[in-house]
Amino acid sequence: MDSALIPEGVKRCALWKFLLGLAVVGGVLVWGIIAMLLCWIKGLNQTNMNDYYGFALWIWADLAVIALGGGAFFSGLLKYVFGKDDLKNIINYAVLIGFICYSSALLILAIDVGQPLRSWFIFWHANVHSMLTEVAFCLSCYFAVLTIEYIPLILENRQIDKVPFFHNLGHNMHSTMAIFAATGAFLSFFHQGSLGGVAGVLFGRPFAYRESILNTIWPYTFFLFTWSAAAYGPSFTLFITWLTEKITRKKLVKNNTIYLLAKISGWMILTYIIAKSADTLYWVYQTAPAKGFNWDFFFQNNALYGKWILFVEIIVCGFVPGLLLVFKSSRENSFLRVAATFLGIIGVSLNRWVMVLQTMAAPVMPFDTWQLYIPSWQEVATTILPVAYGVILIMISYRYLPIFPQERELNPVEGADPDHAHAAAPHIGHEATVA
Amino acid sequence: MKQTQIHNEQPPRRYGMAIDVDKCTGCGSCMVACFSENNVPFKQDETDKLLSITWMRVYQLTNGKTFPHTEVAYLPRPCQHCAGQHEGHSPCVSVCPATATDYSADTGIVSQIYTRCFGCRYCMGACPYHARYFNWWDPVWPDGMEKYLSPNVSPRMRGVVEKCSFCFHRYQMARDKAYTEGGRKVQEAEYQTACAQACPAGAIVFGDLNDPSHAVNQIVKPDAHNHYKSGNPRAFRLLERLGTNTKVYYLSSREWVRRSGDNYRADEQPGMPGAAAQHG
Repeated sequence: MDSALIPEGVKRCALWKFLLGLAVVGGVLVWGIIAMLLCWIKGLNQTNMNDYYGFALWIWADLAVIALGGGAFFSGLLKYVFGKDDLKNIINYAVLIGFICYSSALLILAIDVGQPLRSWFIFWHANVHSMLTEVAFCLSCYFAVLTIEYIPLILENRQIDKVPFFHNLGHNMHSTMAIFAATGAFLSFFHQGSLGGVAGVLFGRPFAYRESILNTIWPYTFFLFTWSAAAYGPSFTLFITWLTEKITRKKLVKNNTIYLLAKISGWMILTYIIAKSADTLYWVYQTAPAKGFNWDFFFQNNALYGKWILFVEIIVCGFVPGLLLVFKSSRENSFLRVAATFLGIIGVSLNRWVMVLQTMAAPVMPFDTWQLYIPSWQEVATTILPVAYGVILIMISYRYLPIFPQERELNPVEGADPDHAHAAAPHIGHEATVA
Repeated sequence: MKQTQIHNEQPPRRYGMAIDVDKCTGCGSCMVACFSENNVPFKQDETDKLLSITWMRVYQLTNGKTFPHTEVAYLPRPCQHCAGQHEGHSPCVSVCPATATDYSADTGIVSQIYTRCFGCRYCMGACPYHARYFNWWDPVWPDGMEKYLSPNVSPRMRGVVEKCSFCFHRYQMARDKAYTEGGRKVQEAEYQTACAQACPAGAIVFGDLNDPSHAVNQIVKPDAHNHYKSGNPRAFRLLERLGTNTKVYYLSSREWVRRSGDNYRADEQPGMPGAAAQHG
């Protein structure tokens, strides 16, 4: 029924199957929307946050999805600025994933603030000294860039492309995309960094606090967050690509592209985790003691926070995936590569968890106590909401847009005329030029 | 409650407190007075203290020893009105993205602008004293109680952060009165916080730390050239090593009480003074 909308030369499941899938994920989406409306109508008393946990699950989710969405800006940087042309075969998907991650982050923020209708105050009454102000500006601008990068992909839909205006618009947007890719990389450097700065500047919280580099305004976490997003973001892109291939039961991206991105991600992870280890050692021996703390005070093996976190974050989810992706033999082993990307996702998410939740949990006043926190169902539902939204957007985009330029070549459809298909869909194969 | 700047010849004020922990009985009068003075909202069920708004909160400290050597002390904790390592670099003021909390160079008071706060709670995460509170609910007053609310303090709505203001509205009134009377100085007795006035033991002394005629200055003996560290050997500030440079000083003759005000590594000897941290 919807075959006129499906790109030519590719095969999609029956419409009823597609709609059934949408309905299932849509159910989860509705659950999240109900929770979101409860938070907006009744207020944040619907959560289990409290005056010790002003930042909690949502802020972690925000930081995590933005780090995972880092594949978009870094792939764009590699392709357009560093000339890694092979990445054109995966960059559409990286952009789509980035778009989902960033729109999710903005949605979560809109739920998280106590007075959402005043959110614009962050721009109007901006405090230029606040890392959160920098986050707001760069995040908003970069989301606009991602939207501009996603639009040409939408315009490549078969029916939309038939309209001359949209066809020409898409073509012209493609030709200017390198500028947006560079802009996106610039903005991402600052908002990923300022998210790290959000925790790092808290000089009243010795667990999160980090000194600034060369007496600038930026603490070490500023650079570590940018670095980790550039390292683990591509791993997330690779993992979601693998997952999509499993679900669609098709090979969608050629191995040379996968191997290239995996190799870059591996080197970034390995170098990042060395820097992270150095940062941790400096904090252990210098920062925490200067504030009157032995480092192990913060890892007391209570219900959640023990030394195991450091081991998991740095060794299991840092050095291990880094090394697995750096070495050719393990990188080209499908199981090990996917395992490495999965570990990487856990690692960066754990890092964001620690920097938000553990910071809030640890007492600072000597007569205060550790506070642990379990999110309410409304918080969980609103955190899953963007996941459901993301799945739906991927489902629709995959079905109706030429996301994967190599799909037709890798999955020839019996009886299709390749010459005709090529002529009818001239943009298939164009990379969505993107950051 | 943002302060109107008044340009005159007077040196900047630096309002602060000296709280004698050895005098505090833990009666909670300061907390009640604060609630009443500042229209602090409360709920029917206040059992979960992590959700209770207490601009002034009294902590119970113990020396950790067993009977008969157990000792107890009570430590009232208002907002510490931090100045940071350079004036105005409070943990909270520096992070607020919407300039909804501000540092007054005229008084040293950290303000909270309720109508500008959009409830991101970053300031709460930044404050190591947990002196900032979020309005998780809209305030609901028992029937008839609205008539008893202070007309000088605006009640806060759901979704914004609030905290102790050193009863700033009292300062505004005293300042306006002094201005109409020829622009004279605000006298010590004209501006006192509700908690200081309510304390039956006289444990809280409030005034201008920069004015040698004020009792608080004489007690604290602040060194303006060294981040206002106290010259009184009985005095300490909470978490001084973090570099918050607070304006609330505590007094005690007991070593363990003074040591309870900060964190010390296992290898540090009791009584070793913590150096103020440099945080840039």
